[in-house]
Amino acid sequence: MKNKGEIYRISGPVVIISGLNTKMYDVVKVGKEGLMGEVIGIEGDKSTVQVYEETSGLKPGEPVENTGMSLSVELGPGLLESIYDGIQRPLPVLKDTMGDFIKRGVSANGLSREKEWDFVPTVNKGDKVKGGDIIGTVQETVNIQQRILVPPNISGTVDEIKSGKFKVDEVICTLGDGTELMMMQKWPVRKPRPVSKKLMPVTPLITGQRILDGLFPVAKGGTAAIPGPFGSGKTVTQQQLAKWSDTEIVVYIGCGERGNEMADVLYEFPEIKDPKTGRPLMERTVLIANTSNMPVAAREASVYTGITIAEYYRDMGYDVSLMADSTSRWAEAMREISSRLEEMPGEEGYPAYLAARLSEFYERAGKVKALCGKEGSITVIGAVSPPGGDFSEPVTQNTLRIVKVFWALDAKLAQRRHFPAINWLNSYSLYSKALGPWYDENVSPEWVKLRNDAMELLQKEAELQEIVQLVGSDALPEDQQLTLEIARMIREYFLQQNAYHEVDTFCPMDKQYKLLKAITAWGDRANNALESGALIEDIMKSKSKDDLAKVKFEKDFDSALSVITKTMEDEFAKLGGK
Amino acid sequence: MTKEYKTIREIAGPLIFVEKTEPVGYNELVNINLPDGTTKRGQVLDTSHDIVVVQIFEGTGGLNKECGVRFTGETIKLPVSKDLLGRILSGSGEPLDGGPRIVPEDRLEITGAAINPYARLPPKDFIQTGISTIDGMNTLVRGQKLPIFSGSGLPHNEIALQIARQSKVRGSDEQFAVVFAAMGITNEEAQYFMRDFERTGALERAVVFLNLADDPAVERLITPRLALTAAEYLAYEHDMHVLVILTDITNYCEALRQMGAAREEVPGRRGYPGYMYTDLASLYERAGVVKGRKGSVTQFSILSMPGDDITHPIPDLSGYITEGQIVISRELHRKGIYPPVNVLPSLSRLMNSGIGATRTREDHKAVSDQLYAAYAEGKDLRGLVAIVGKDALSDRDKKFLEFADMFEDRFVRQGSDENRDIETTLSIGWELLAELPEAQLTRIDNKYIQKYHPAHKGKQE
Ligand SMILES: Nc1ncnc2c1ncn2[C@@H]1O[C@H](COP(=O)(O)OP(=O)(O)OP(=O)(O)O)[C@@H](O)[C@H]1O
Ligand SMILES: [Mg+2]
Repeated sequence: MKNKGEIYRISGPVVIISGLNTKMYDVVKVGKEGLMGEVIGIEGDKSTVQVYEETSGLKPGEPVENTGMSLSVELGPGLLESIYDGIQRPLPVLKDTMGDFIKRGVSANGLSREKEWDFVPTVNKGDKVKGGDIIGTVQETVNIQQRILVPPNISGTVDEIKSGKFKVDEVICTLGDGTELMMMQKWPVRKPRPVSKKLMPVTPLITGQRILDGLFPVAKGGTAAIPGPFGSGKTVTQQQLAKWSDTEIVVYIGCGERGNEMADVLYEFPEIKDPKTGRPLMERTVLIANTSNMPVAAREASVYTGITIAEYYRDMGYDVSLMADSTSRWAEAMREISSRLEEMPGEEGYPAYLAARLSEFYERAGKVKALCGKEGSITVIGAVSPPGGDFSEPVTQNTLRIVKVFWALDAKLAQRRHFPAINWLNSYSLYSKALGPWYDENVSPEWVKLRNDAMELLQKEAELQEIVQLVGSDALPEDQQLTLEIARMIREYFLQQNAYHEVDTFCPMDKQYKLLKAITAWGDRANNALESGALIEDIMKSKSKDDLAKVKFEKDFDSALSVITKTMEDEFAKLGGK
Repeated sequence: MTKEYKTIREIAGPLIFVEKTEPVGYNELVNINLPDGTTKRGQVLDTSHDIVVVQIFEGTGGLNKECGVRFTGETIKLPVSKDLLGRILSGSGEPLDGGPRIVPEDRLEITGAAINPYARLPPKDFIQTGISTIDGMNTLVRGQKLPIFSGSGLPHNEIALQIARQSKVRGSDEQFAVVFAAMGITNEEAQYFMRDFERTGALERAVVFLNLADDPAVERLITPRLALTAAEYLAYEHDMHVLVILTDITNYCEALRQMGAAREEVPGRRGYPGYMYTDLASLYERAGVVKGRKGSVTQFSILSMPGDDITHPIPDLSGYITEGQIVISRELHRKGIYPPVNVLPSLSRLMNSGIGATRTREDHKAVSDQLYAAYAEGKDLRGLVAIVGKDALSDRDKKFLEFADMFEDRFVRQGSDENRDIETTLSIGWELLAELPEAQLTRIDNKYIQKYHPAHKGKQE
């Protein structure tokens, strides 16, 4: 067999080629236009290839060439602020070369070969370096310094190290054995980049979203899934996380979703300022957009492209968050390819290896000690789009077996515009305990108790609601009516958070704490007053209660809250109770 | 002239299998010459050195192994020109109105290439449809894809026509061009649309593609693609704002399922192909606005939910792709309310970018949120009342219960020729909200209550 073969059969994105010597995952150039494809099966002298571009018009007999390389991404300065398709072709470059619509047969480098970067070395001649070590830095955006790493599988003694302006493919360092290093390195996307050691996640990812930070936190380096029917808030939540979480780098993958949503991100992110640094969010973001109408094989690859870029920044010692919207579309791409291969289908037609692929992917999250010795992390948050909103389907179920945080979106809540429509009874976080000490130290020693009490109250409410459904709320004893009212306050005043409200879109930890504390304080006073003989009707008329409803929208939250606290004290002083 | 093969090996459902061919391109257009002199058209679905699989658009009726097969060497194209406006074409693009063939300015691939997400402009121009439940609570914007989820026997056609008639972007005189594609609807339904187009003069700025219930099902797979190609052409080459109405998406999906079964594919949920999401996306995603181009493509398609079940794969997969949905309710229809839009499961995801101080009014979002919350609560209480009786409700709850009725009667209900502007819609909203205790209006900022609430409004100056 040889390096050139020919097309034998074409069926959608799957092409069978004959007479070509291939290895699994080799990248091949298919047909006269050299469409990019990847070998995903080999049988006899035939290889099966998934093609990353439209295959219309391809004919049997057209030539196929093997590049001998695995599907790889280019890693180096210039990743930030980029928007790529699923196989790391920059969309602006594609627009320049082929216009507003995506045509095919155009290859484009992931990193610009023209742009020069200011390289500042951090090693000297004679230094010993090994895989993952930092040899210099480049100021990639105003706040983010890219640390240039020795590729993982290389080591040696620095023979020459340069300084100054270079393009990504120019040599900046030569090792004793003649190995030349550039700022750019390539890495095969399907292979995790090595780390020195995995660590336990102990710090929460602060998202500024009350229901997440408050009730179901995810740790930096953790994994979370957000399943929900259409229109329940997966994308809005993911975008909120991309905007407001206290992470250093964001990789956002639009995997088989809407074009307009990606356009939105592209228009918004350069305008919105990172609350911590004051710089445009785009400067810390890498976008991957392989929308639902773009080739499905490239959709399959997009998730790997994204996580490999995330690993690269983790290896420099950064905290990275990766959002994949939606992992179900990725799974469907696998299913589509698999069925074209006529593989034995597993559950609901998904390939039997679905569970394995999902867990390999989430396994690439984590807090680690990188090869360079610094600590870095990747937090992975995957949206799941279950058919009919039914969580018993294979993608949701297999995901839930892996991830540690489950944010269950609920169509009923979304329909009544309770946002975020995350169901507080079904959701969970397995990190809550491990993160306790962090909250004690950084928020307040009271926080964990406040939160647990709130959760308990919401559970209690659910039980009482069942009774209300049978007898109506007026038939409940007064203390239980009050419990329902306090629970309602927690739901509406604390949990509800409007992503589009200029103030409420982001809620710092300190504000979350004060708000929950104020609601709880009202509840405690109300309970006391009731016990001391105050009338429930009078308690319910409390003005401070109504004021608490809107305090989260106030620009000057602290002073608004202290006015309310004062009102509350006066009111309850009149009502009685301690 | 391309070579003619008489090597059909097998005919199965809408498919033919042809052998001993020269290399044939994937997705190529195929002409089949029947013994009686007529020609049918098809498309290559699978091609290899051994065998080529072709789907026949007009169905395989009348075909036999003696038919001649010609591979045209090109994919399916639509001849386009501005003269498409005012024309009525068949589901495969042939003139039905007795008019001349289109003299093409261009011939465009009907599959259409994906818009580069980087070339998109986020849609934000508010379209006033004159229907309160849409403008007030599920706002449509130019470049959006917002289908109607309906059911058999519900007045979705009437609503679609009302929207086509009334839609406009405020402050501009530009009218929408309408591209209408019927897929498997009855002749009577098609006539209903045509009459309205004629009555209102809309036909002059419309392109109509008709694949009716008795036309071949396979043809439905190309009808919407022809329509969208025409729409994109008018939008992007002639700067027009185009409203595309595809009806009924469900018939399209049935055709897709039928094709999948004929190819003996492993079926996905409820027998629909596993790639139905991707296939539907290749239609719906052809809506939008492109940077630097003046026109736009807005989709307002009709989909009837089998068994009124929104979790059925057709509405479900559609909802996962479109930018919201307008859900028609049988319950409201039974109550005699037109247009029977159930706002609770309805949604416009692009609403937030189309409304607000500079586009509609500053209080729009808050009013909408509050109407949603209050109506949802009132509807829940109806359920409760059915069990415990009205007397068991607190005074507060009774107010919400009454609110739900008033909301349906005054906000939802309107005439099929009643064209409400957004101010009217919002002031009806405020009048209804004013019936609730003011402290219950937790979704609305105080400053808007002071400014717009009927109890405060007059006193402001
Ligand atoms: N936190 C929020 N605040 C305000 N509105 C929200 C919030 N979350 C969701 N929404 C509303 O819900 C709508 C749907 O949300 P979103 O687009 O995120 O749904 P989705 O789950 O991603 O749906 P799909 O699966 O179809 O992509 C949004 O357009 C917005 O109107
Ligand atoms: Mg989404």
